[in-house]
Amino acid sequence: MVGITSYGVYIPFNRLSRDEVARAWGTASMGGEKAVANFDEDTITMAVAAARDCMKGKEIGKVDGLFFATTTSPYREKLAASIVAAALDLSPSIRTADFTNSLRSGTIAINSAIDMVKSGVAENIIVIAADSRLGAPQSNLEQIVGDGAVAVIIGTFGVIASIDGRYSLSNPLIDLWRNEKDSFTRSWEERFVILKYQESVKDSVLRLMKNYNISPKDFSKVVLYSPDGKSHTALAKILGFDSNRIQDPFFSKIGNLGNASAMMTLAAALEDSNPGDRILLANYGDGSDSFMLGITDEIKMNTQRRRIKSQLNFKRNINYEKYQKWRRLLELEEPRRPPEVVPSITCLWREQKKNLTLYGGRCKRCGMVQFPPQRVCVGCQTKDDFEDYKFSDKVGKVFTFAVDYLARSSDPPTVFPIVDFEGGGRIIFMMTDCEPSQVCIGMDVEMAFRKLYEAGGIHNYYWKVRPLQKE
Amino acid sequence: MESIKDRVAIIGMGCTKFGELWDKSVEDLIVEAAYEAFENAGVDPKDIQAAWVGTLDSGITAITLTGPLKFQYIPVTRVENMCATGSEALRAAVYAVAAGACDIALAMGVEKLKDTGWSGAPAANVIGSSRIGVTGTEPAFSAPSMFAHLAVRYFHEFKIDTEKGKRYMAQIAVKNHYNGSLNPKAHYQKELTVEQVMSAPIVAWPIGILDCCGVSDGAAAAIVTRADMARNFITDPIYIKATTISVGARQSIRQEYDYIHIEENVIGSKRAYVEAGIKNPRKEISIAEVHDCFTFHEMLLYEDLGWCDKGKACEDIEAGTFTLKGDLPVNTDGGLKCFGHPIGASGLRMMYEVYKQLQGKAGSRQVKNPRVGLTHNLGGSIGTSICSCTIVGNDKE
Repeated sequence: MVGITSYGVYIPFNRLSRDEVARAWGTASMGGEKAVANFDEDTITMAVAAARDCMKGKEIGKVDGLFFATTTSPYREKLAASIVAAALDLSPSIRTADFTNSLRSGTIAINSAIDMVKSGVAENIIVIAADSRLGAPQSNLEQIVGDGAVAVIIGTFGVIASIDGRYSLSNPLIDLWRNEKDSFTRSWEERFVILKYQESVKDSVLRLMKNYNISPKDFSKVVLYSPDGKSHTALAKILGFDSNRIQDPFFSKIGNLGNASAMMTLAAALEDSNPGDRILLANYGDGSDSFMLGITDEIKMNTQRRRIKSQLNFKRNINYEKYQKWRRLLELEEPRRPPEVVPSITCLWREQKKNLTLYGGRCKRCGMVQFPPQRVCVGCQTKDDFEDYKFSDKVGKVFTFAVDYLARSSDPPTVFPIVDFEGGGRIIFMMTDCEPSQVCIGMDVEMAFRKLYEAGGIHNYYWKVRPLQKE
Repeated sequence: MESIKDRVAIIGMGCTKFGELWDKSVEDLIVEAAYEAFENAGVDPKDIQAAWVGTLDSGITAITLTGPLKFQYIPVTRVENMCATGSEALRAAVYAVAAGACDIALAMGVEKLKDTGWSGAPAANVIGSSRIGVTGTEPAFSAPSMFAHLAVRYFHEFKIDTEKGKRYMAQIAVKNHYNGSLNPKAHYQKELTVEQVMSAPIVAWPIGILDCCGVSDGAAAAIVTRADMARNFITDPIYIKATTISVGARQSIRQEYDYIHIEENVIGSKRAYVEAGIKNPRKEISIAEVHDCFTFHEMLLYEDLGWCDKGKACEDIEAGTFTLKGDLPVNTDGGLKCFGHPIGASGLRMMYEVYKQLQGKAGSRQVKNPRVGLTHNLGGSIGTSICSCTIVGNDKE
C-alpha cells in the first residue's frame, strides 16, 4: 500500500491584514489576513521548517528522496531541493528534484513520488510544497496570496492515508502566469479564470469518481484548491458535495499559499480525520490532479507534529509598510553601515556542514560540546579528536542577550542571544520571530533555518533561534 | 624570563586632536603626531632607528608610516591587534630597544574612521573582509552588543535594576566628559548630565548612544630609548614598568564563561602588576587610562583590574573614587568616551595622557603628584579578546 506516511506544515509568524492592504490603497478589503514570510524567510527556509515538522519522530536515514515544489524558488538556476536536503541532514545519495512553474507543482511532485515508490525505486520520498508569491501592489492578488509550506512523506510503511485512486489532466490555458522578468503574478480577467478553474477541477474529479465507481457521498472530507476562499464552495456544490464536508482552506487566516495551498488544506483535513475516512483532494494549476485517499489506523500514531491550530495562533501582525520593505517593493535609503559581505562560495562550501546542517563537535577526550567545530579543543587543547555533534535539533536557553539597534537588518532591532544548549554548547545567534521586548534571560529557544541576507546573487542561509513553540 | 621594568623610557610623545577631522588624511595625522613627538624628544626624524605603526584598517604595511615620514630604509613594521593596536606598536618598540636591536624607536598609532560614511564603528565581521573570504554567517552584531551581553548578565547576576544600572553607567560618561572638557585635544568638548546620558536613544539595551565612545580620527606617537640614555634627551623621561598582552582563545563558547567579567582583563592586568612589582594596584597606581569604549566596560574594569570586589564597582562609582579628585583618577583626559576612539591610535593616546600627567604637564586636569600610571586596552570580542596593559612610572629604581 502506497500513501502518505507523515505530514507537516509551516505557517510563518507574520500576518498582514487585508484591511491594512486596503487602507494603503483605498480599495475594498477581502477581509481576514494572510500569512507573510518574515524578511529572513523564503520558500527554501519554509520548506525546511515544514519538513522538520513532518519528520518529527521519523528516522532521517529512511528518507531516500526529496522533491521540492514551488513557483517561487529563490534561484532560477540551482537546485533548491539540494539546499533543503542539506539543511535536513539528508544523505547526498538520495534523489532530489525541484518541481516548478505550476500551481499544481505540489501534487505533480506527489504523483511522481507515488510512481517512484510504487516502482520500488524509492521507499520514502518527502514532498515539500512552498510558495511566496507576489501580487502587484493594489491588485486583488496582493490581498489573496499568502506564504507557507507543507510537507508529506510518500511511502509504504506506516501509511496514514493510502492513495486509493488518482486522476490528472493537463491544460495549456494561460490564466495566471509570470514571465522570466515578472516580479508579480499576472492574471487574466478573474471571472474567466474562476470559470476555467471550476471546469477543469470538475472534469478531473468526475473522471476520478467514474473510474473508481464512487459518488460524492462516499467522501467524508473534500479538499479543493481554493483560488480566493470562496470559489471552491461553488465548485463543491456543482460536484454535488455537502457543504459540511468541505475542508476550510483557512483563506481568511493565511491566504492562498500558491502551490502549497491544496496541500495545506489536506493537512488540515488529515489533522481531524479518523480511521476509515475517505478524503478527496483536487488541485488546480495548468490542469488538475485529483486523489482519493483512505485514512488508516496509523493516523492515531501521527501525534508528534505541531498542530495547525497552534501555528495559526502563533502570530504577529505587521503593517503594510513593513511588508513593502521586506518584499523590496520600495527603494529605501541604504543604512549607514558597512555593506553586506558577498560570501565566498569557497568558504561556504568548506563550511557547508556547519552552516547548512549546524554541526559542531564534541571532544572525545574531555566531552566538551563546541560550536563552531574546532581543530584544537577549547576545553582540553587536544588536537583533532572530535565527533560530529548536531545542534539543529536541540533546544536551548538564553544565557544573556543584546537588543541591537545598530546592526544592519530589515527589521531592527536585531536580538543576539547567547544560547546555552541542552546537552552542551554555547552559541551566539540571531533571534527571529520574536518580540524584542519579551526576550529575557532563561527564555527557551529552538532552531530555525533562515536566510541571513542576499548579496552577489547568493542567498546566504544559516540558522537562527526563535522562541520555543510549545505543542 | 626577565622583566621589562626600568629598561626602556619614553622620551617624547605626540598626539593630534581627535575628532571628526574631515580635512585631515591618514598622512596628515601621522605627520602631526610624529613631529610633535620629535620636537618633544628633541630628536631629528633621522635619529629614529626602527619604527612600528599600528592601524586596524587605515592602511596596510609599514609604508603607511614611511611614506608620510620619509624614513630612509630603516626597519619598520605594521602591527594590528584590534583595539590594542596602538599599545601593540609601543610594546614592539619597547621590546626592540630592550633587546638592543636599536636605541631609538618610534611607535605610531593611527586611524581614520570618518571617511567611510558609516555611523558607529565597523562591525568586526567586515574588517579586512576584502582581503580574505568569509561566509558572512558570523553573527554581525555591533560593538555595543558585545557589552550589552555583559551588562544584561551583570545586572541580572547582581540584581541591579536596569534604571540603577544605567545611572551608574551614566555617571562614568559624565565623569569622562567633564575630564575631556578640560582637554583641548579631546573629540568632545562638552559636559554631560546624568539625565542626558540616561535618556539618550538606545543602541543595544542598556547601552544608549551617550554610553558609546566617540568614533573619531586621530594619531598618537611615542619615541622610546634605553633607560640609561633617556636623560640625554629630556629631564623627565617616563619609565616602562610593565607591558603585557593577554589574548583569549574562544573561551566564550564554554557554558562556564560567566559574562560578568572578561578573563583577558583579569589575567593581563595581574601579569602587568607582577612585572611592575605592584602588590596593591588600587593604592599604588596613581592614574589610569582604561578602555571605556562603552561606559559599562569601564564599570566592569574597576573590578577586572583588581580595584574593587566583584559586583561592588557601583559603590566606588557612587563614592567618586575614579574622578579627577578621587583616590584613583581614571580617564583623566576624557577617555575613549570623550577623547574619542580612532582604534589604532587609542593605546598611544592613553599613554600620551599618562606621560603628561607623570611629567606634571596635564594643565587643568593635572592630578596631584602621580607616580605610577596604567594604560589598558581591550579589543576583539568577548571570549576572544586582546587585552593590553602597560604600566609606567616617572621614577627609576
